[in-house]
Amino acid sequence: MALLMKGNEAIAEAAIQAGCRLFYGYPITPSTEIPEYMAKKMKAVGGTYLQAESEVAAIYMVYGAGAVGERVMTGTSSPGFSLMQEGLSFLFAAEIPCVIVDVMRGGPGLGGLGPTQADYFQLTKGGGHGDYHAIVLAPSSVQEMVDLTKESFDLADCYRNLVIIAVDGILGQMMEPVEFPPFEGRKLEPKTWAASGAEGRPKNNVISYYLTPELGESENIRWGDKMSRITENEQRFVEYEMEDADYAFVAFGTSARITETAVDLLREEGIKVGLYRPVTLWPFPEKGLTARLNQIKGWMSVELSAGQMVEDIKLVVNGKATVGFHGRMGGMTPEPEDVVAAFKAQLLGGVQG
Amino acid sequence: MKNLVKINAERCKSCGLCVHICPKKILSLGEVANSKGFYTVEMKDQTQCIACAFCALICPDLVLEVYSEQKGE
Amino acid sequence: MKPIFTKTTGLTDRHFHYCPGCTHGIIHRLIGELLEEMDLIKKTIGVAPVGCAGFCENYFACDMIGAAHGRAVAVATGAKRARPDRFVFTYQGDGDGASIGLAETISAAARGERITSIFVNNAIYGMTGGQMAPTSLVGQKTATSPYGRDAETMGFPLDLPKILTQVEGAVYVASVSVDSPQAIKEAKKALRKAFQVQLDGLGYSFVSVLSTCPTNWGVNPVEALEWLQTKMKPHFALGELKVPASEGGEAV
Repeated sequence: MALLMKGNEAIAEAAIQAGCRLFYGYPITPSTEIPEYMAKKMKAVGGTYLQAESEVAAIYMVYGAGAVGERVMTGTSSPGFSLMQEGLSFLFAAEIPCVIVDVMRGGPGLGGLGPTQADYFQLTKGGGHGDYHAIVLAPSSVQEMVDLTKESFDLADCYRNLVIIAVDGILGQMMEPVEFPPFEGRKLEPKTWAASGAEGRPKNNVISYYLTPELGESENIRWGDKMSRITENEQRFVEYEMEDADYAFVAFGTSARITETAVDLLREEGIKVGLYRPVTLWPFPEKGLTARLNQIKGWMSVELSAGQMVEDIKLVVNGKATVGFHGRMGGMTPEPEDVVAAFKAQLLGGVQG
Repeated sequence: MKNLVKINAERCKSCGLCVHICPKKILSLGEVANSKGFYTVEMKDQTQCIACAFCALICPDLVLEVYSEQKGE
Repeated sequence: MKPIFTKTTGLTDRHFHYCPGCTHGIIHRLIGELLEEMDLIKKTIGVAPVGCAGFCENYFACDMIGAAHGRAVAVATGAKRARPDRFVFTYQGDGDGASIGLAETISAAARGERITSIFVNNAIYGMTGGQMAPTSLVGQKTATSPYGRDAETMGFPLDLPKILTQVEGAVYVASVSVDSPQAIKEAKKALRKAFQVQLDGLGYSFVSVLSTCPTNWGVNPVEALEWLQTKMKPHFALGELKVPASEGGEAV
């Protein structure tokens, strides 16, 4: 039976159903419903909601709980996410599994409360120091937020890596019908590495430093191998009208939903265009995109930003076709008609198909 | 009274705190270096030792252990 | 021969990397002894700082987590809330606990987190080469106060244990020293009490330990003890500054 739920609350509910019993967070618009839902619901399930004194403290509480081997989550929005960057770098190096939600809003600076996708660089390139990556999931409906959140904890545990669920402010606030079907998880190894108290085993240290460059390099190579495995196995995307497409949009989250309408409008005019929707932002789903390279004459990225993902598309397309861009910033969202107009101007040379 | 101070010379860093604190002044930094190059502490006269364990208390490097025939459980 | 003083199983066999005469080793030993005596080793999760003691996960015989600079108390909070059945302590220097980590320390105290913080105050930043600390004394010469700490432009030292006595969730706050055998014995008593406060689930416990840094103070280890006794002790409140209500405790 479907429930009508707000995106932020659906993520929180899905996390609880995935067995998460620890949430440390700090309120920030437009993600505040996540800690508020957790504050109410965690008590009922015997879990812990703790309001941290800042996002900096929150990400390190996540670090501590994850280091002792428990499923743990935090949720925030762009300025708070910026505060967490050092923590993300540390979480990666210490190989602590955890799930972080970023509900993106207008920036830079204090910015605005409207929806953006302008944390993309921070999310995928890593806003923290060093060579590292979070697994970044980009749902575009409340149902997808539920499904991906449930899976995120398994992904985190499976790879001992941080997982970020990236949504924009609209998805966090919108209400859609959702279902919570029973979830079949991955087979996971017991966390024998955790610093949970050394009963019945030798002591464990969970640390994030290395004392010699030699060890530093070998650790980074090992982590790089892990990133390669994730890149090999975990790329996800959804295609809409791509089978016979001559042109393709690339968009995620809310901009993907708007772009779907643009695809429909263009198809009504007889232009064969499709939408390639990344569901993982990192690893960037290059395999599916590469498979279409010979087919697609022109690509267009549609983003709620000044253009960040478009750079990754250009890298994959590698000069084989034009890559255009249409975006809005500061919390504004494009109309499908504007996407259509930009597509025609940039990819069709202003000529109607 | 027979008392014994056992010295783990490899851990000694010649800081001199035990030499300074010993109320009987029977510890000194000797002329034998450990593998790290520190001239380690030596017991000059064990018969004078009163097993107060001040040396072991003040030592930051777990160099000293103290035993006694009469004191202790 | 009966053992009067032997090595504790609360510490590993790793030789300490600390400078000759640095009192970190004494404080480590007291903690290790207490973990052993109170049968806590296997149930303990310790949180290491960034600083000279940033490698202390190699020395304590319990599970350890290395935190980012200043965040040990937040990490400990996360760990303790995840495993309330464990004994969780943080070990931090003056920068870690009172500068970059000041908010985390006071907030955890306010929340009454059932963790124990050991705060090692040597009035300087040792690991990074002797810069000024929040606890450095007025007039004290450091790498970033080369003409002496000038109160006019650089302010005054923080007395963190004194501040924490005003925080309701901080149930046991003590300020001790390790500059003499007597002081070391008193320090161990305070640490034991702090540990017991956590085990009894009463709230946040905090023990500040006045310590030396011979290398960055530019004196030998024995002179460093004297500097601690004559220069540092007059500036920081000492003793059991706050005890649990059951002992009639209010902030002093």
